[in-house]
Amino acid sequence: MIGVCAVSVRLGGRDVVADVGLDVRRGEWLAIIGPNGAGKSTLLKAVMGLVAHRGEVTIDSRPAAALKPRARARLVAYAPQSPALPPDMSVFDYALLGRTPYIPYLGRESGHDRRVTASVLDRLDLTELATRRVGELSGGERQRVVLARALAQEAPVLLLDEPTTALDLGHQQQVLELVDRLRRADGLTVVTTLHDLTVAGLYADSLLLMAGGRAVAAGKPAQVLTEALVGRHFDAQVKIEPGPDGRPVVHLVRGGP
Amino acid sequence: MTTQARPSRARPAWVASALGVLAVAMVAGLLDGAADISPWQVVLEVADWLPLVHVDSGLAPVEQGLLFELRLPRVLVAAVVGGLLAMAGAGYQGVFRNPLADPYLLGAAAGAGLAATAAIVLLPAAEGSVPIAAFAGAVGGVFLAYTLGNAAGRGGGTATLVLAGVAVTSFLTAIQTFVQQFKVEELQRIYSWILGDVGGGWDQLWLVLPYAAVSAVLLLLHGRMLDVLSVGDEEATSLGVRAARVRFTVLLAASLATASAVAVSGLIGFVGIVVPHVVRRLAGGSYRSVLPLSLIGGAAFLVLADLVARTVLAPAELPIGVVTMFVGAPFFVGILRVTRRAVT
Repeated sequence: MIGVCAVSVRLGGRDVVADVGLDVRRGEWLAIIGPNGAGKSTLLKAVMGLVAHRGEVTIDSRPAAALKPRARARLVAYAPQSPALPPDMSVFDYALLGRTPYIPYLGRESGHDRRVTASVLDRLDLTELATRRVGELSGGERQRVVLARALAQEAPVLLLDEPTTALDLGHQQQVLELVDRLRRADGLTVVTTLHDLTVAGLYADSLLLMAGGRAVAAGKPAQVLTEALVGRHFDAQVKIEPGPDGRPVVHLVRGGP
Repeated sequence: MTTQARPSRARPAWVASALGVLAVAMVAGLLDGAADISPWQVVLEVADWLPLVHVDSGLAPVEQGLLFELRLPRVLVAAVVGGLLAMAGAGYQGVFRNPLADPYLLGAAAGAGLAATAAIVLLPAAEGSVPIAAFAGAVGGVFLAYTLGNAAGRGGGTATLVLAGVAVTSFLTAIQTFVQQFKVEELQRIYSWILGDVGGGWDQLWLVLPYAAVSAVLLLLHGRMLDVLSVGDEEATSLGVRAARVRFTVLLAASLATASAVAVSGLIGFVGIVVPHVVRRLAGGSYRSVLPLSLIGGAAFLVLADLVARTVLAPAELPIGVVTMFVGAPFFVGILRVTRRAVT
């Protein structure tokens, strides 16, 4: 569904992303992991076409560069790490922004756009908050509202940059379970960056480990989350054991590195 | 369960009340003047102007002429200028995502000031040259700032645009001050132009109306796009919007509106900031309602400001720009206090 071939991004004279390739199948969840500054967010932006890059990105087997912005936005929805939330905008208006790729430039939203938005809010239990101002929401509610905007886009691919930052344990679980449920129900393809390795291993079908702008490992969680790889690229001393469902659980070891 | 929420647009109730305020303000603006004409006769005369209505106001032809040739164009110029400035201010605030942006941010005022000063100094006899020069100067100032800003920051980022506006404003103001020193005897005329005046009459109204209409329509059509832009360039792009193109179009329309207003009225401050803020406080932050309500509200505000300018020191007149700031600032503080909302 998403193909990335030899993509490099140069920012400020430095290769922030260097020669990265990846391939995500329809309905799959890929998590991009790696230490701070590894180029995870920039890679997502390259896929979304938000930064200039070399190499080729294909979306649904079509070269992304040839897609018009609106067509691209109908295929891929993107939620940045720290989205700009206009404080005075109502939750409904904010989620309705997700319909932008379907509304003519100077036109107004149709009844269909309003119905899609309302049903997305309903699925995310946000109907009660629809008339509230975005600036009045709690952190967890905001994250769900941003997700609602992305889902209102009705794109088959969801790119989420650190969807769980600044969320407590319960809200993290709530958001990730939600993404997982929606993915299974609608057959969405999901690409997220995640900084919590155990969480990444728990939810994603496959992982891509990035370090210094390069893809250094890729595969099933158990293949990527090994003590040697994590230890080397995160400069951390960890112990990794299989959890109850066989997926790897990453523990920090005191006194290291 | 279906949601009760609806997209934010200008609610008919708000539009109707704003139009009501504007109508009252305009009639009040027509009532006042040196000649003693009774309010009721003015109302009858106004009714007589409406199509398909014929009433006899009992006014003498001289009084009718006075009303039609002096008071009416003055009220209309004030309304058009106020509406344009307020709407342009809202447009600039949307593009720059900054509530303190005003229509003069990108050098429109300084460009118009320089060109008008040059016209007064170089062509002192040609009265009609000032509005044309001011219009061209305002457009030129913005063009200069926009070109510089885009050359300095690739991709048209807003921060570099604002800085370019600051640079252009200082530079053009310096030249303007320099030019006006050549003809100290024209200083009073230059200053009275800078402080604003809406007494230009029908000629000036017709001069700017086409530009005003085009810019108003363009801006009103971009309300939803400005809402999309409020999530920032990157996210707007991810929603399939070419942010730089929207910004260019809105800036073009808002600058045209500003230039039209400046051409007939000089530099009237505060309208472009106060009115959109009041509207936002009362009717919500969506540009789909802020733009049309600012247009109507700005018109009403400036008609009333002109009324105050004419009456406070009658028969002398205060410059209208002084009134908008003197009345506008405390009024603004009052609105901020009254509508203060708890934000968690």
